[in-house]
Amino acid sequence: MTAHQRDENPAGIHLPLDPLPGHSSRGRLERVLRRGEFAVTTELNPPDSADPEDVYNRAKIFDGWVDAINAVDASGANCHMSSVGICALLTRMGYAPIMQIACRDKNRIAIQGDVLGGAAMGVANMLCLTGDGVQAGDQPGAKPVFDLDSMSLLETIRIMRDNGKFLSGRKLTTPPQVFLGAAVNPFAPPYDFRPIHLGKKIAAGAQFIQTQYCFDVPMFRTFMQKARDLGHTERVFILCGVGPLASAKTAKWIRSNVPGIHIPDAIIKRLEGAQDQKKEGKQLCIDIINEVKEIPGVSGIHVMAYRQEEYVAEIVDESGVLKGRQPWKREIRRDDQMVADRLDHILHDEITETQVDMVKTAH
Amino acid sequence: MSDKQPAVTQATLVKKAAPKSDYKPADVSPQRRVQRTFAVRLWSVRHSRLLEWFYGRFADVFLLLHPLWKGIGYGRVEAPVKFIEKRVKGFMFDCRMCGQCVLSSTGMSCPMNCPKQLRNGPCGGVRANGNCEVEPDMPCVWVKAWEGSRNMVHGDNILTVQKPVDQSLRETSAWLRVTAQAAAARETPQNPGASA
Repeated sequence: MTAHQRDENPAGIHLPLDPLPGHSSRGRLERVLRRGEFAVTTELNPPDSADPEDVYNRAKIFDGWVDAINAVDASGANCHMSSVGICALLTRMGYAPIMQIACRDKNRIAIQGDVLGGAAMGVANMLCLTGDGVQAGDQPGAKPVFDLDSMSLLETIRIMRDNGKFLSGRKLTTPPQVFLGAAVNPFAPPYDFRPIHLGKKIAAGAQFIQTQYCFDVPMFRTFMQKARDLGHTERVFILCGVGPLASAKTAKWIRSNVPGIHIPDAIIKRLEGAQDQKKEGKQLCIDIINEVKEIPGVSGIHVMAYRQEEYVAEIVDESGVLKGRQPWKREIRRDDQMVADRLDHILHDEITETQVDMVKTAH
Repeated sequence: MSDKQPAVTQATLVKKAAPKSDYKPADVSPQRRVQRTFAVRLWSVRHSRLLEWFYGRFADVFLLLHPLWKGIGYGRVEAPVKFIEKRVKGFMFDCRMCGQCVLSSTGMSCPMNCPKQLRNGPCGGVRANGNCEVEPDMPCVWVKAWEGSRNMVHGDNILTVQKPVDQSLRETSAWLRVTAQAAAARETPQNPGASA
């Protein structure tokens, strides 16, 4: 029985929001960021199934705690439900998905088609990624496509949006209105090139950035300092990637097996010394959030809690990054509620209603 | 962004499930089977400044010869020039003949040697020792590109956002294309947009 929430179209939760001046999308995430609020995004663990309920149930966990949900595109080169499919389901339910596009699996023809399809379904945010190599996943014999790279993908979508044209120059009748994102990893060499590389991504069209897992706050601070010196933080919203580690063993395994994730020894030592490693991993994540949120130029966090999704709400709550703000939450609409109440009344209350009674209550 | 993965990756399971056979090809990617060592490639990156200077002179010579190429016909010289270009650049840079050379913008490290063929910078998977995510014993092409570009006079060309590769130009001569474009730009100086 609530009035519609902020950042919700009163005509229907699945509809795009009113366009605002200076905004390139009609989505919720861009509004939150441009209002200067600290944004929280997360990642949906994509199901290996054809059941839409799997997606809805996994999205429900984040209700009221995050501003947008990443629909991953075969992350780690493992087969899952496609990001386009997940986005189709999420937009129907009013969620704000961030559609990830990896260059590994699709050439420029397929990608530009997906951009139009996604935007037509109401996807307001797209994240351009290179994608992991096929050797990392469950289909190492697949053909790696890599027709575009993350940079030229950003530029392609920017051209489609701002110039209303395909890469070929052919005109679009309605350009996609999307908020463009890119990923940055400040924790991999060449370290001194990374802030400059970020500038290149901004030049190509990036409007928000999600970083790789941050476990080394001093290193991230140095990166942000350089990014600020180059003036990047005024042109892009940076969301720092964070996540809980399940145990010291997992942390060690990730460090040696997942390229691009840097975990300092101090973190592993802290986990090893703890009684309850899982709890300590969560606390560690909260501590990191509390440190990075104070770094100037950080506009939000991206919580990646793979197979620990249930902790996202607790992490966000306990770190207090939302400062009492509640992100959009899927709620029962007023008309739906009336139908439900009426049905409940008919089915469960032992009464026989006559037409005469109904007329009486109608007045 | 890569996820955390379970302790035994799917790739390992798939590999283990493969039928047993006496013939075991070297456990590297197809790309590495073509190219086993990086010594010359790394030399080229270390001497990027020299090569940049040399390339500049070389391009001038080619441009001087433009009337000759035009006289014989660019189409006709294509085959012999490509033959030489492929071997010279193949030896020096492990060139993949994409036909649209960007060596001068990538610190003399050929970006087509990147398993993901990235032309705009490194991916997020570079190992802490500066090696490639896909080829653990190969130095990342982009780590080398950044080092090489720091030695070059026009090293900041690495900041230009490169267009996607035009696959229809594969196995063509980049030298002749650049020369023809430079000649065309020289003939129409009023139009600076035509320069390549």
